[in-house]
Amino acid sequence: MKEIVVISGKGGTGKTSITASLAYLGGEDLIVADCDVDAADMHLLMAPDFGKPEDFFSGELAYIDQDACIKCGKCQAVCRFDAIPIIDSQYVVDPLGCEGCGYCARICPTEAITNSQPNVGKCFISSIRTGTTMVHARLSIGADNSGKLVAKVKNEAKALAEIQNKIAVLVDGSPGVGCPVVSSLSGASFTVLVTEPTVSGLHDLRRVYELVKKFGIKAGCIINKGDINPEVSREIKDFLKEENIVLLSEIPYNVKFTEAMTNGKTIVEYDKDLGKIISESWEKILRATRSVGDPE
Amino acid sequence: MKIAIASGKGGTGKTTLSTNLASYIAESRECALSDLDVEEPNSGLFIKAELIHEEDKFKKIPEWEKSRCELCGNCQTVCNFNAVLKLGKMIMVFPELCHGCYACSELCPTGSLPMKQKKMGELKAYKSGNLNFIESRLIIGEEQAVPLIKQTIDYVDEHFSDEVIKIFDSPPGTSCPVIEATRDADFVILVTEPTPFGLHDLKLAVETVKQMGKPFAVVINRHGIGNDCVELYCKEDNIDIIASIPNDRLIAETYSRGDLLYPTIPSVKDAVRSISTYIDNFDLLDNGSLKSKKTGQIK
Ligand code: SF4
Ligand code: SF4
Ligand code: SF4
Ligand code: SF4
Repeated sequence: MKEIVVISGKGGTGKTSITASLAYLGGEDLIVADCDVDAADMHLLMAPDFGKPEDFFSGELAYIDQDACIKCGKCQAVCRFDAIPIIDSQYVVDPLGCEGCGYCARICPTEAITNSQPNVGKCFISSIRTGTTMVHARLSIGADNSGKLVAKVKNEAKALAEIQNKIAVLVDGSPGVGCPVVSSLSGASFTVLVTEPTVSGLHDLRRVYELVKKFGIKAGCIINKGDINPEVSREIKDFLKEENIVLLSEIPYNVKFTEAMTNGKTIVEYDKDLGKIISESWEKILRATRSVGDPE
Repeated sequence: MKIAIASGKGGTGKTTLSTNLASYIAESRECALSDLDVEEPNSGLFIKAELIHEEDKFKKIPEWEKSRCELCGNCQTVCNFNAVLKLGKMIMVFPELCHGCYACSELCPTGSLPMKQKKMGELKAYKSGNLNFIESRLIIGEEQAVPLIKQTIDYVDEHFSDEVIKIFDSPPGTSCPVIEATRDADFVILVTEPTPFGLHDLKLAVETVKQMGKPFAVVINRHGIGNDCVELYCKEDNIDIIASIPNDRLIAETYSRGDLLYPTIPSVKDAVRSISTYIDNFDLLDNGSLKSKKTGQIK
């Protein structure tokens, strides 16, 4: 079983639209995992039934019992995250500021502070319209543990793929270069980098590829809106050559790309020409992925 | 006045708006633009200004001093992030996991875990006329964005008076980093695209700023590309749309070169002017709310 992870460094490159198209092309051979839990959008194109929701708890959150509090102010003094303001002359925990370090509870003289595991999100295992299963999640506002939620989504998807003997898990990866994208990438057989020829696109591509390289994962690249800036496009291609990254395809700027999404469709269903380009990329991805040894 | 520019996800044009708005405002008054997307700061690609200051930013993490340690294991017990472990006769600290809460250090009976500085990123300040630009960058592999965002905001607070318009280009999403970046803001501008993806992410962002009790308004980017779902939603929920930037290939091309848009593209100039006028129309009250100069309405 292989794992194909689509990432882009920053958002707005069309990553999710492309991943949805790949999911459509792969159909029943795949399990789909939406690991972009901060801004999970795949479900808008995949028509999931939001089956099997599961609450996800992680970290800790402090709570002050006002009846037990003697207002000594020690908790506020030790909290390095300014998360214990005085409101209406009571010491209270600001849930958005609390890091869950537990320090305040340890030093409160009256044991007025307790910690609980907050509900940081929901994870769903859904049937989708391509005849397979998608694991996706929704992170609660201000929650910090997206890396852990990403890991959960991925592990659920992998387990399902294993049981159902699927060819691969297709992962819509998290943005950025931080903890969530590290969780998205770990264990991947092949990475699809989606970029666009803008100065910031190239900049993000370089940064996120540093991470891919650290993991030693083979990568391919799709350049979206390739014709918008031929010069930067060339620079990207030079970079790909230098780093031995497969150029999967170059998609021209086309309003159909967004039109498809507005109509709740993947690009391959909506436009023949764009669809053909993405189908060819998918063939290349499958070929490249097949040649990579299974993880473990 | 502090204005945070945010969006539910990346790539909606947050950086485009921040850089163009700040440069436009700086034509007539002092403005400080900060890029708080410390994981991947991008604004600097669009701002041409002179580097005037540079400093390393540190976080505090504990460092084990062996001599007095009694190996009681208390440090391991109190750390909620598994960042300090007792392994045989050794205490190991894992800096990437440490949140810098000081618990292990201050609760160590022998004072064997003093907090020491560790570099987490760099802050750079640039200036060009009335425009100040501050950028912080996390070193790769460093996972905690929040402390650096906080220190960057502190730097801006220390160096610029209340009269300066401060614009914060926030990180994308709805998790901790964006909360930290908008926590201090007087007003939040949410940038979105008029598509189902854009609407979905906008709703999450609106929920976030509402929960934080911040006044906010929406700017639509790439207007005309999708449908009118965002406009309908804003109308229904009584959310102001203060400007729209049209979908235009010329904009995409200009952006791709790293150039500012408003000097050459009239529609973008109109948009930043509307936003600037909208902001100017408010007085900041002592209690943090905004009062309209025209209508007296409180936000
Ligand atoms: S340390 Fe405990 S008793 Fe003291 S103010 Fe905090 S909650 Fe109240
Ligand atoms: S758990 Fe830590 S961050 Fe939360 S309120 Fe207590 S001391 Fe502050
Ligand atoms: S708490 Fe202090 S004395 Fe105890 S094991 Fe840790 S470092 Fe050593
Ligand atoms: S400072 Fe806090 S987070 Fe860091 S190692 Fe000590 S107890 Fe753990």
